[in-house]
Amino acid sequence: MAERLPTSLARRVWRRATTRTSRARRVPGRATTRDGRPGVLAGYRQLLAAQVRSQLQYRASFTMDVFGNLVLTLMDVAAVVVLFRVTPVLGGFSLPEALLISGLANLSFALCDLSVGNIDTMRLYIRTGRFDAVLTRPLSALLQLVCGDLALRRLGRVVQAVVVLAVALNLVHVHWTPARAVLLVVAPLSGAVLFGSVFVAGSTVAFWFVESGEFANAFTYGGRDFTAYPVTVYAGWFRKAFAYGLGFAFVAYYPALALLGKPDPLNGPRLLSWSSPVVALAAAGVAALIWRTGIRHYRSTGS
Amino acid sequence: MSESVIHTADLRKEFTVSSRAGLLRRVRRTVTAVAGVDLSVARGEMLGYIGPNGAGKSTTLKMLTGVLTPSGGEVRVCGFRPVAQRTRLARHIGVVFGQRSQLWWDLPLAESFRLLRYIYRVPAADHAARLAECRRLLDLDEFLDTPVRQLSLGQRMRGEITAALLHGPEVLFLDEPTIGLDVVSKQAVRAFLADLGSRGDTTLILTTHDLADIEKLCRRLIVIDHGRVVHDGTLPELHARYDSRRRVVVDLDTPWNGGVGLPGAVVEAIEADGYRVTFGLSGGTAGELVAALARDGALRDVSVLEPSIEDVVARLYAEPAVR
Repeated sequence: MAERLPTSLARRVWRRATTRTSRARRVPGRATTRDGRPGVLAGYRQLLAAQVRSQLQYRASFTMDVFGNLVLTLMDVAAVVVLFRVTPVLGGFSLPEALLISGLANLSFALCDLSVGNIDTMRLYIRTGRFDAVLTRPLSALLQLVCGDLALRRLGRVVQAVVVLAVALNLVHVHWTPARAVLLVVAPLSGAVLFGSVFVAGSTVAFWFVESGEFANAFTYGGRDFTAYPVTVYAGWFRKAFAYGLGFAFVAYYPALALLGKPDPLNGPRLLSWSSPVVALAAAGVAALIWRTGIRHYRSTGS
Repeated sequence: MSESVIHTADLRKEFTVSSRAGLLRRVRRTVTAVAGVDLSVARGEMLGYIGPNGAGKSTTLKMLTGVLTPSGGEVRVCGFRPVAQRTRLARHIGVVFGQRSQLWWDLPLAESFRLLRYIYRVPAADHAARLAECRRLLDLDEFLDTPVRQLSLGQRMRGEITAALLHGPEVLFLDEPTIGLDVVSKQAVRAFLADLGSRGDTTLILTTHDLADIEKLCRRLIVIDHGRVVHDGTLPELHARYDSRRRVVVDLDTPWNGGVGLPGAVVEAIEADGYRVTFGLSGGTAGELVAALARDGALRDVSVLEPSIEDVVARLYAEPAVR
């Protein structure tokens, strides 16, 4: 069909983006418009609130989950520290430097996991036919899934990652500049977007194969483990594929180089160290395209 | 014909199914679920959409609601292209899929309704008015605070219908709304839908296996089989086309003996050792038949059966498949 060509898709995305902003401008910052209609984002906000309420219903279990998550992720850091008992330098990085990379990677992943980490429940939605209901509501399907499955119990992981990052920043000597301060905030967000793109792209497999299993996890959880170490410790096609093909080097490795003012041991141009946000946006764009293609292949189930 | 809210031309949907053939080899084949459906529905119509299992009813509905992307053909609903303009269309339609819930499983029904107001961005006053009406007509009050997962099927279905109407949709799609319901709930749902349809501002599209739904609710009937429309018209037209007969069942004092020639009627069944005979009327009237039988004497009781839609549809479904 002619109307599905990428150019018209881009036009549609653009048109939608522009109409959204103009509509939002009409009712700046208000939950309800003048005629008593809830605002554009009210649906998402309410879905989110309902989800949080239901998670907080069982307080004891919730607290234990948060705590358990915290302990579990401390193991990731322990693994990095243990490595340095065998060697003082890992791929050209000292322990504090490697911790910085690990902290950035963990924070990126934790932020992503908190928001879109549950996207693989989509498989369940598709198998049970609940995805049909998602598609008959006047909201973005992806955002409905995100709002409906926010995993608050993964907050512990964010806390832990922030602590590790703070400790690492204390141990290394960062020559602080305004640009580096901004980068410290932007890098985990970019990393989260990058991880999120991989999560979303991976979840679309379910549109084609309902029984997609754990295939996507190789890239999401695999990516988390990959980014926790300097990419210099990997070699050959594996490094090329994960670090550059999927962009995982831009989650923690390059931002860490920029923070440390360290030249790339792999002799990449200096600009690479600062390009995480661009890479993240590109990844998000690709993921959005894959999602849109996938949703058109959704076949629904049963009657 | 007034303004049409649904329009399709040569609407098609094909699925590729791959099945195992041997250890590693897989065979892919294309299955046609909907094979070119042309449909035009006017505002306020109540349309019954029926067909055997796997005929393509639900697939059509899913293409009209933007859930499935058609493989080909044209489709417009309320002026929108369902998939491309899915979220905008969603505000104008209501959907009830009998076998899957639109509600939030863990939330009380009232909470689901409240959420829907924000999702569909319905002004508070409109929402309250529509909810009040549904509460009254569908008797929701006693289970409004019950989590959806604890509702009985009948209660849940009344909740689903309410949920689909709170944003005042122009078209209400119902996929088997009475499936699995007990008689009382079925009647409640039908009465409500009949009332809704009679007001004329909501278009109702209904798929069902319960033909009583159609007889009670729909003036227009579309029968689909193997993805094609095999009948589009009123119920009487369907009977005329498939030569449905009224039947006269008579009880006799003496067993039926093949008797006199009866104009315009044929014997369809002989039961109870010949004491009960069923005639199908083909051209003749019930009066003529009864008069002729009475002349023979021995007539004890008579009942006349109107043609049943079940018979017609059973015959329709049984016809050899035309692919």
